[in-house]
Amino acid sequence: MADRRYTKTHEWVTVDGREATIGITDFAQSQLGDVVFLELPSAGRKLAARETFGVIESVKAASDLYSPVAGRISAVNDKLSSKPELINSDPFGEGWILKLELAGELPPDLLDEEGYKKVTEASAQ
Amino acid sequence: MTTEPLSFELSRPAVDPPRLPDADVPGPAPAGVLPSELLRSRPPGLPRLSEPEIMRHYSRLASLNYSISENFYPLGSCTMKYNPVLNEQAAALPGFAGLHPYQDEESVQGALELMWRLEQALCAVVGVDRVTLQPAAGAHGEWTALRMIAALHHSREEKRTEVLVPDSAHGTNPASAALSGFHVVEVKSGADGRISLADLESKLSPQTAALMLTNPNTLGLFEREILDIAEMVHATGALLYYDGANLNAFMGICRPGDMGFDAVHMNLHKTFTTPHGGGGPGAGPVGVKSDLVPFLPAPTVERTNGHLTLDYKHPQSIGRVRSFYGNFGMLVRAYAYILAMGGDGLSQASQDAVLSANYLRKLVETDLEMPHDGPCMHEFVASAHNLHEDGVRALDVAKALLDRHFYAPTVYFPLVVPEAIMVEPTETESKATLDSFATAIKEIVAQARADPQSLHDEPRNLPVGRLDEVTAARKINAYLQGQSEDPILRWKAPSETLPKDPC
Repeated sequence: MADRRYTKTHEWVTVDGREATIGITDFAQSQLGDVVFLELPSAGRKLAARETFGVIESVKAASDLYSPVAGRISAVNDKLSSKPELINSDPFGEGWILKLELAGELPPDLLDEEGYKKVTEASAQ
Repeated sequence: MTTEPLSFELSRPAVDPPRLPDADVPGPAPAGVLPSELLRSRPPGLPRLSEPEIMRHYSRLASLNYSISENFYPLGSCTMKYNPVLNEQAAALPGFAGLHPYQDEESVQGALELMWRLEQALCAVVGVDRVTLQPAAGAHGEWTALRMIAALHHSREEKRTEVLVPDSAHGTNPASAALSGFHVVEVKSGADGRISLADLESKLSPQTAALMLTNPNTLGLFEREILDIAEMVHATGALLYYDGANLNAFMGICRPGDMGFDAVHMNLHKTFTTPHGGGGPGAGPVGVKSDLVPFLPAPTVERTNGHLTLDYKHPQSIGRVRSFYGNFGMLVRAYAYILAMGGDGLSQASQDAVLSANYLRKLVETDLEMPHDGPCMHEFVASAHNLHEDGVRALDVAKALLDRHFYAPTVYFPLVVPEAIMVEPTETESKATLDSFATAIKEIVAQARADPQSLHDEPRNLPVGRLDEVTAARKINAYLQGQSEDPILRWKAPSETLPKDPC
């Protein structure tokens, strides 16, 4: 998907008008293993780019979640609280985490598909 | 092999209820001091079993258990290093075992002297000026030391808010720092598995309160540049903290105090052979250099002309960190161990621990991946990443070891090694034991190549098979979030014959 952007911390973001949808990448879910829990914020909260907004926990590890963009949370994927496995089965689709009402421009350091691929290849070594 | 029911489930109404002995200390009758609603109207609902039945129940439970008395723990001092019987004999001496913490000082001179002497011995082993024996565990020791470090900076009117922690650190390090109110800053390891001096340089600042370091680090590698590290840290006005989890590698050979560490915790339940891992409480004494001495938890044990006292007059003390005087029984065991070994014995133990680890590492280096070059210190970290293509993970290797009558090593730690398998044989294991463990690893790796699926079903021969930890974690989280009524782990009385209301 050409318009998907990534962070070095393995989040993705897509933008539709002023609405951004964010989640974690397929590489991230494969590294974490079976996801068992997500601690997520409520709608309405404002996030800065790269701000920690929650925690994702797998059997192996707990990791912070960072927002790739700045904005106000317009929706939280409620399905994840009862079905955290959606992150594993469909990280770019049903496993989306937050929707944000964008504030300002997209940060310039977001990576494209090619750039993110290099990040994952480096960490696979 | 089967599991064993609870004693409550074995209870038979035909057996008389257990008779409890009268209290052996004088005291007021409960009715005189407790409100009426807290008084029992009926005897407690204890299980009713005959003596042979209860004896067999506990013997069967013991046979289901795994212990250091039976076999090898591959992450030795971290899980359970052998606990010498002599320690237990010393701790069971009536003069120690029968003490009460409220006894007056004159009647506990022997116990105070033991604490004083243990402090002297620990000062000598790690190279510090004073030691507090109060902390009840390693993490508690970390927290105690960080409180002292914060107090020292505060007394100098310096505002230092950050604690530096390497990415290979024990998880307790950042946790203790965060709990002490510091912001945690991670320092990267270099390709050789040791702390990156360049990264350390970039993270040190006037905000830095301390660097917490384990040496040898969790990869079993000695931080060779420790003197440079100490100089860099001290040049910024920060302190250097030693996480003593790996002291087993070099006691009696070199000393953290001489490397430039300002505060040091020791795990008596690791290095000094007191029980842990369910076998007993921990003890995490903290040693400090002179700058930190005024901030030690009160009371300290002082000795003047052979007379021992508890000294509470420390106006700058961070205060007591543990009720009474720490886990005293553990102090007795550790002191017994130190006396039995002597200085030469302690350094021999470290040398043997390092030899065992390197011998075992060599035996399995072609079976598992070795992400860092040897030789190692008292432990090594291997990786099961080479079994990845067969669909076999470190977890599967650990479970397969259980079926071969070994305890599992620590897996997935340190975090900087994928599919980590951490092995520390310790000084007490014979060559034959190390050889048989290596043989088990070789068999498991061969099985992973030939029939990987079979490894996912291990263990097969234990009372409990492979646990579904994913489902367990998800269900517990659902319960904690109020989305499920089922707490999963609640015991329910199976029949009418059982005692019901305990009151």
